[in-house]
Amino acid sequence: MELKLKAQAGSFESSDVLIMVEPQPQGVGRKIELESIVMQQFGDDLLLQIHRDLDAYGIKDIRVIINDKGALPPTLSARLETALKRSAGLQTGTLI
Amino acid sequence: MKNILQREIPETLEGIGELEPFQGAFTKLRKGWMEEKKVPPPNKATMPHSSKMCSNLKEAIIRTKPRNGMTVSFHHHLRGGDNILVESIRILAELGIKDITLASSSLTSAHEPILPYIKNGTITQIYSSGIRGEIGKAVAQGVMPKPFVIHSHGGRVRSVHTGNIKIDLTVIAASAADVEGNSTGAHGPSAFGSMGYAVIDARYARQVVVVTDNIVDYPCVPQAVTQNFVDYVVKVDSIGDPSKIAGGTTRITKAPMDLQIARLAAQVIEHSGLLKEGFSFQVGAGGASLAVAKYIRKIMKNKDIKGSFLLGGVTSYGVDMLNEGLFKSIFDVQSFDAAVSSSLLTNPYHIEITAGLYANPFNCGCMTNKLDIVVLGALEIDTDFNVNVITGSEGYVRGASGGHSDTASGANLTVVVCPSFRGRIPIVKEKVHTIVTPGESIDVLVTERGICVNPNRPELKENLIKGGIAIKEIKDLAAEVEQITGKAKPIENGERIVGIVEYRDGTIIDVIRQVK
Repeated sequence: MELKLKAQAGSFESSDVLIMVEPQPQGVGRKIELESIVMQQFGDDLLLQIHRDLDAYGIKDIRVIINDKGALPPTLSARLETALKRSAGLQTGTLI
Repeated sequence: MKNILQREIPETLEGIGELEPFQGAFTKLRKGWMEEKKVPPPNKATMPHSSKMCSNLKEAIIRTKPRNGMTVSFHHHLRGGDNILVESIRILAELGIKDITLASSSLTSAHEPILPYIKNGTITQIYSSGIRGEIGKAVAQGVMPKPFVIHSHGGRVRSVHTGNIKIDLTVIAASAADVEGNSTGAHGPSAFGSMGYAVIDARYARQVVVVTDNIVDYPCVPQAVTQNFVDYVVKVDSIGDPSKIAGGTTRITKAPMDLQIARLAAQVIEHSGLLKEGFSFQVGAGGASLAVAKYIRKIMKNKDIKGSFLLGGVTSYGVDMLNEGLFKSIFDVQSFDAAVSSSLLTNPYHIEITAGLYANPFNCGCMTNKLDIVVLGALEIDTDFNVNVITGSEGYVRGASGGHSDTASGANLTVVVCPSFRGRIPIVKEKVHTIVTPGESIDVLVTERGICVNPNRPELKENLIKGGIAIKEIKDLAAEVEQITGKAKPIENGERIVGIVEYRDGTIIDVIRQVK
């Protein structure tokens, strides 16, 4: 998947997550900024899941800003997928 | 040493003394008498026609001769509107008093301004049934030199009788009082209802100060606290925020998840075999717990069942059920909303009771022992049905023991209602962080994802299955929850014990360690 635009998905609501993605030049790698109300309990799991999902989409260079209000794993994956598709121009929605 | 629930309890703890490990809900009580001696209440005398009136709270406190290391007690009947506790501590701090033990029946959000006095050594120890908010966070981080003690409402009365809590000064806020200190919470501009928790303090404190914003002609009627226990009386402009003390009724939740859990809980109660003519009932005031009353009310009307008494913390919802004739009487130790006050004042079947009659395990029978059904909440519950209502998911103190373990031990049917997880935090899990109520006291757990019956109640399980209710094993439910949320990393604790959780009989059911 080729990222073209800044994009976001999700919300600040309880049990949801707000994700913003920004394309990065090749070779920069993944910059992940994670904030979560369950950081202590699930911080490692959240990071692992984000990396696994980015691997699945073959994305190597990206900036991801995550503000998590206790979303369950499927919610996190769904929000990330939407943000990526919006960034790639595959889906319309909130651009930044 | 380990207690019967496998929690590590030290033999002694600096600032407390020797600790007795929890050995089961009825191990100590079964004997019918207790080893601990009761301490005598103080002996006092007053000359006829002398005055107890002080011109302000500061003068009254000075006259009680405060000293370093003293224990000061309060009740929490003013709920979130209380200003008297904070004001009294502020005065004591101004007088340079240090090393105070604060023994409040509970601490609410209104008490947050005492935090600086906890940090600067004015208050060095807390006895309370609940601690929340910033205070709960600070004490869990270990700002106090001595461990705090969490007790139940019934356990607090026992602790005062035995001298574990030795009250030097109690400051009792009242919504009406006379010049001799006869006082009540049932009427006046700041009426708050029952004064059930304050009565033991008045009886045992070395010095008793009654504070009111409403001096009435002698004698004040009715009398929750009577003049023969009161040293000083103060008239102040305000005992707190009247909109929070005397405002409003408690509304039933509209949250769909809570309502669904409550609906399921009412079905469980309906088919338990205990919802029958003359049953007694108690519900908490929170979310799903109070909502159960709404469905029980409907079932009682449909089946034409009349109950005996409502107990405990009382809401206007309970008063409505009394007025409809669904219950014969209410025994009220604490009024959860101000709409209750007028009923308490005018209805002879709405009766104010003391915390001792309500729940003290060491007497000839408290009323929680006569409960048929109680519905309680939980912050966490484990696969042995042990319940945590005191520490949150980060290990901070953010709840209250209250009457949880008292009512759970007494009731024939103890129902715990809670969601199976909140946000991403599992509620039903293998091991709770802190045990307040032992699993042996819990009969059934109702969540949105399944209903679990304690294996020590096979007959209940049978009744529910006969009633068409699906039952899940609690281990399966916990596994299901973990599959949804993932496995939470345990809370990182230090070794230092910053607080202990007393069971109602005074044994130690768990300790709270410093949060890193």
